[in-house]
Amino acid sequence: MADFVELWTYLSATPLFGLTATLLVYVVFTAIYQESGQSPWLNPVLWSIVALGAALLWLDLPYQRYFSGAQFIHFLLGPAVVSLAWPLWQRRAELRRYFWRLIAAGFLGGAVSALSAYGLARLLGLPESIAWSLIPKSVTAPVAMGLAQTIGGIPELAAVFAVLSGLIGALLGRMVFTWIRVSQQTEGWTRRGFALGTVSHGIGAARAIQVNPQAGAYAGLALALQVVLASLWIPLLSVWLRA
Amino acid sequence: MLALIGFTLLLLFQVLGEALALVLPLNLPGPVIGLLLLWPALKSHWIRERIAAVADFLLANLSLLFVPVGVGVIIHLDVLVPIWWQILLILVFSTVLGLVVTVGVLAALFKGSDHDKGNDQHG
Repeated sequence: MADFVELWTYLSATPLFGLTATLLVYVVFTAIYQESGQSPWLNPVLWSIVALGAALLWLDLPYQRYFSGAQFIHFLLGPAVVSLAWPLWQRRAELRRYFWRLIAAGFLGGAVSALSAYGLARLLGLPESIAWSLIPKSVTAPVAMGLAQTIGGIPELAAVFAVLSGLIGALLGRMVFTWIRVSQQTEGWTRRGFALGTVSHGIGAARAIQVNPQAGAYAGLALALQVVLASLWIPLLSVWLRA
Repeated sequence: MLALIGFTLLLLFQVLGEALALVLPLNLPGPVIGLLLLWPALKSHWIRERIAAVADFLLANLSLLFVPVGVGVIIHLDVLVPIWWQILLILVFSTVLGLVVTVGVLAALFKGSDHDKGNDQHG
């Protein structure tokens, strides 16, 4: 037993621990998700976060130690954002043709979501720093962190809010679309995908890709557009809200 | 090799983006500038082939990349636990509203356009 404790102490201190744990847990939950016929309630991101978070708390391991290994995965978010140029390029014909309409939908959807979150937070009496951290929640986590920093929010909280918004969109998307009667034909899938990418970034897009290829392509397009749009309007908005 | 060169290209464009982000008086994050620079470069078949080899893999597993930062929620539990229901209410409300508005704007703007007509023939 002493040997086991020693081994565990050694392993849990190396970056290998956080990296392996993240991949292992994610691979297992993804397998369960696939096995279940991709039920939105078995979202692998959600359960990986819950399982890893609970394990760290239970084992009394500091997050920093976990992150020393998990940062190698986290780091890939930067190149992943750059690689969004690829789905945008693939859809360049539609993008050129419907440019202003897609910009308008992405901008209005993203801005209404952000402003309603900010307004509701102030209405419920939450501290200002939390309200500001809610604004970039529709943008993919690394960009949300940078934007939160710029406008005076808390980057780590902004990342958590962005991940949660992604999960909520992935979980409730189908219900909302059925409720507002979006069709399940090509143009309906286009709208579902675009809306999920706009409001729920990479996590919503990951869900859309699994449900329908047309929805997936437009979710990728919307997520890339939202990154660019939000990076432009969120700093301006903060100036306006403070004026 | 294709994917390896593709990954190197992604990093180079990110580096370029981060460098420009420091110099330019814009608030755009470095990777976003990298994205905007990569877009026109994709006209080159050589670059496209290599970027596609890595981008498809990276984007297909995009949701994994959110796990490390998501686990970070545990260091903010002291802030979040006392206001958890407000946060949940805000996030659910604003996310659903955002979905509805986006779909609504698309429906209004594409009403009766060639986009819908073209698709009706398939559907």
